[in-house]
Amino acid sequence: MTRQAAPSRISLEHIAGAPLRALARFGGSDFATRFGLKAPAERAVFLATRASARAISASVAFARSNGKGGREAHPEAKRLAPTPTGGLFDLTRTEEQTLMRDSMRRFADEVLRPNARKADDAASPPAEILEQGHALGLAGLVIPESLGGMAAERSAVTNAIIVEELARGDMGLAVAILSPLAVVQAIVEWGTGAQQARYLPPFLGDRFVGAALALLEPRPMFDPMLLRTGAVRTDGGWNLWGEKSLVPLAMQAELFVVAADVRGLGARLFAVERGTPGLSVEAEPAMGLRGAGLGRLRFHGARVDDDAMLGELAGDGTAQLASLVDRARIAWGATAVGTGQAVLDYVIPYCNERKAFGEPISNRQGVAFPIADIAIELEGMRLLVLRAASRVDREQPGAVVGRSAAIARLQCASKGVRIGSDGVQLLGGHGFIKEHPVERWYRDLRAIGVMEGALLA
Amino acid sequence: MIYLETPKKLRGFIEQAHGIAVNVFRPISRKYDSLEHTYPKELDILAAIIDGVNAGGASRASAAQLAKDAAPAETGGRTKNGGNLATVLAMMELCWGDVGLALTVPRQGLGNAAISAVGTEEQKAKYGAQWISMAITEPGAGSDSAAIRSTARLDGDEWVLNGEKIFVTAGDRSDALVVWASLDPSLGRAAIKSFLVPRNAPGLKLQRLDHKLGIRASDTATFLLEDCRIPRENILGSADIDTSKSFAGAMKTFDNTRPVVAAMACGVARAALERAREILGRAGLLTGDPRTPWVGSHLEAELARLEAEVDVARLLTMKAAWMADNRVPNSTEASMAKAKAGRTVTEVTLRCVELCGSCGYDETELLEKWARDAKILDIFEGTQQIQMLVVARRLLGKTSGELR
Repeated sequence: MTRQAAPSRISLEHIAGAPLRALARFGGSDFATRFGLKAPAERAVFLATRASARAISASVAFARSNGKGGREAHPEAKRLAPTPTGGLFDLTRTEEQTLMRDSMRRFADEVLRPNARKADDAASPPAEILEQGHALGLAGLVIPESLGGMAAERSAVTNAIIVEELARGDMGLAVAILSPLAVVQAIVEWGTGAQQARYLPPFLGDRFVGAALALLEPRPMFDPMLLRTGAVRTDGGWNLWGEKSLVPLAMQAELFVVAADVRGLGARLFAVERGTPGLSVEAEPAMGLRGAGLGRLRFHGARVDDDAMLGELAGDGTAQLASLVDRARIAWGATAVGTGQAVLDYVIPYCNERKAFGEPISNRQGVAFPIADIAIELEGMRLLVLRAASRVDREQPGAVVGRSAAIARLQCASKGVRIGSDGVQLLGGHGFIKEHPVERWYRDLRAIGVMEGALLA
Repeated sequence: MIYLETPKKLRGFIEQAHGIAVNVFRPISRKYDSLEHTYPKELDILAAIIDGVNAGGASRASAAQLAKDAAPAETGGRTKNGGNLATVLAMMELCWGDVGLALTVPRQGLGNAAISAVGTEEQKAKYGAQWISMAITEPGAGSDSAAIRSTARLDGDEWVLNGEKIFVTAGDRSDALVVWASLDPSLGRAAIKSFLVPRNAPGLKLQRLDHKLGIRASDTATFLLEDCRIPRENILGSADIDTSKSFAGAMKTFDNTRPVVAAMACGVARAALERAREILGRAGLLTGDPRTPWVGSHLEAELARLEAEVDVARLLTMKAAWMADNRVPNSTEASMAKAKAGRTVTEVTLRCVELCGSCGYDETELLEKWARDAKILDIFEGTQQIQMLVVARRLLGKTSGELR
C-alpha cells in the first residue's frame, strides 16, 4: 500500500519537492477541492502525483532510454513490497483507505453517475471523463516511489475499495478509468527495469493515456489459463496471432498489454502499441459495460520487438498468468460489489415511496425480503473480495490466492446477477425502461461472470 | 487494517476445539444419533476439562467465558478480537464434529449465557457452575416471544409460575431453567421477565422428551409449571415493568447468541462439504483446475458454489462477532449472519447428500445425519423469516407494525 500511516511523511517528501507550478495549478484548479481532497493527506496524494508529473512531456511516446529493440543492460526493476498485518481479524479501513473511499464516492456521485447514461448510449467513455478520472492521480498510488509514484507496498485492498466506489457510480466508466491502471500495475509487477522506465512515465503525466490489459478471448467456456492467442519468435522480435475480446478503451488506448502463449514456455505478456502493423482494432459493443468503450483486437502476425515481452523469457509464465487472472477477478468482484450497492441504495427509497394498495410496497414481505437478501449477499460478496485482496497484499501462496479469487468471482458473478435482476423486478415496469439506471446495472452485473483480465486489484 | 483470517492469537484455542471435535465428538456421533434421549456420558470428561480451564478464572461455565479465559482480549492497534470471536470460531470447530453433542455439553446451556449477560453477582455465583437451559417457547408462542402466556405472580417472598414450556434444549439434563413468563399478560412484551427455576422446584414437571429430525444427541423437553414456587431473588433483571425498554433488554441476549448459532451452521456445512470432497475425490471425480471450476465439470462448479456460500456464512458470522467484541451494535449483522448461515447449512448438507448419491444418503456416512441436523439451525434462535424481518426493517426504516 501507499504510505498509509504517515501522511506527514508524504507531505515532507513530496510537497517540499513540488514545483511552484504544481502548487499554483492546485490552487488555480478547484478540481481537487471539489472532490473533497481537502485533508492534508489527500492534498499530499494529489500534489505528489502532480509533482512527479513535472518532467514528463505531454506526448505519449513510450521512448526507450537506451537504443532500440534489444535487451541491453537496464536498470533493475522496482517492485512493491508485501503489506504487513497485525494478525487480528479486522474490518477497519486505514485512515487513508477511508479518505480514498470518500473522495472516490464523491467523484462517482458527481461525475460518473451523471454521465453514465450518455456513455452507455454512445458505447464509449466521454473524453472529458477520462481526463477527470486521470486527474484523480490513481496511477501514483500503484507506481513505486522509486519510479516516480508514491507506492511502497501492495495495495490490492485499497484498489478493491477504489474499484467498488467508482463502480457504484458506473461500472462502464469505472472500467474505462481503471483500465490504464491495470497496464501500469502489470508493468510494475512484471516489467523489466527498462520497460518500467519506458512505459510508466506517461501515466504520471498531465494527460490521460489510454491503455488496456487484454486477456479475454472470444470463445465459449473461456479458460484464461489456456490461451489461444500466440506469440511466435521471429528475428529479433515476436509475431502475435489471435484475438482478444471486450478490451476496454480499445479505440482510445495507446498501449495494450496482451497475454499470449509462447509454445513450450507458457503464457507471456507483450506490450503492443497502437498502430503496430498487423494489429487491427474495432469496436465491440456489448450488453453492458458500454461506457468502457469495449473493442476487439485482432493480431495477424503483429510484429513487436524483442523487448516488448514483459519480464524475462526464463521464469514461470503460468504463475505470472495465474496471478494476473486472480487479481483481475478480485477487481471484477469489486465492481459487482459497487454496482450491487448502487442497486441497493436505489431500491430502498424507491420501494419506500412507491405505493400500491394504499401503502408503501416495502411494507410487504414479498418486497422487503428481496431487499434484505440484496443487503446480505452484497455484504458476503464484499467480504470475499476483501479477503482475497488482503491475501494478495500479504503475498499468500498462489493456490490460496487463486482459490479465494475464484470463489469471490463466482459469488460476485452469481449473486451480482441476482441483485441486478431483483433490482429491475422491484421497480417493475419502471425498472425496464431507461428512465431509471437499474436496467443498466442489470446488464453491467452480467459482465462479472464473463470478464477476465482488464482490471487488476 | 483489513484482515479476514482466523486471528493468529486464537489459533491454538481453535485447534483445541477441533481436537475435541475429532477425538471426542466424531467417534460417538452416530451412536447418540441412534440412541436418542441417552445422555452421552463421554461428555462428562469434556465438561471436567472445561471446568478445569475455567477454574483459574473468577467466573465459570459459559462458553463465552471459556473463550474469554482462553483468549484474553486483544487490543493491539485499534481492533479487538475477544470472547465473541473466540466463541464463534470454537463453536464452528465443535459443530464440525457434531452439533447435537455441542448442544449438550454440560454447563454450557443457553441459560448460562443469559445469566452471564443479565444476572446479578449472587446469581452468577450460585448458578454459574450449574447447567442452565432456556425455556421460552410455548405451544402457542414460537417466533412471537411476546405472545407467551406463562405467568408469574409474587406471593410473599416467592414467585408463583404457571404455564407450559416446549422445546427446552437440554431440559432433562440441566440443573435449572431460565423460564420466560409474564407478570401481566395484558401489558404485552414489557411485562415479560425471566426467572431461574431449579429442576427440583415444587410444581415444575418434566412432561416429555421430543423425538426429532436431527440433533438427537441433544434432548428437547416439555415442562409444565403448576403453581411452581421459586424464591423472590430468582428473577433475572428488574421486576419493574418498563414499557419503553424491558422487552428489548430480554431480546438483547439474541444479539450475542445468533452469531453462535450461525457458527454452528458454518461448522456443520463445512463438515459436509469436506466429507463430500473426500468421497468425490476418492472416486476420481475432482480433477479440474481449482482456479476456474466453472469451466470444469458440473460437479466441481457446484462444489465451488457451495464453498463460496460457506465462506460467506463464515465471514458474516465472524463480522457479527467481531462487532460485538468491539462494542459496535450488531443486531442487524447478527441476523444477517444467522439468516445466511441457516439457509446455507441446509442447502449445502442436502446438496452434498445428493452429490454423493447413495453414499450420502445411507447411514454408513454422517452426511445424511448432518443434513438432518442442519434444519434446526435455520429455525431456533429466530427462524430464517424472523431474521429477514429484522434485517429488512432495519434497512427500510420500518417498525414492526409497518413490516409484519
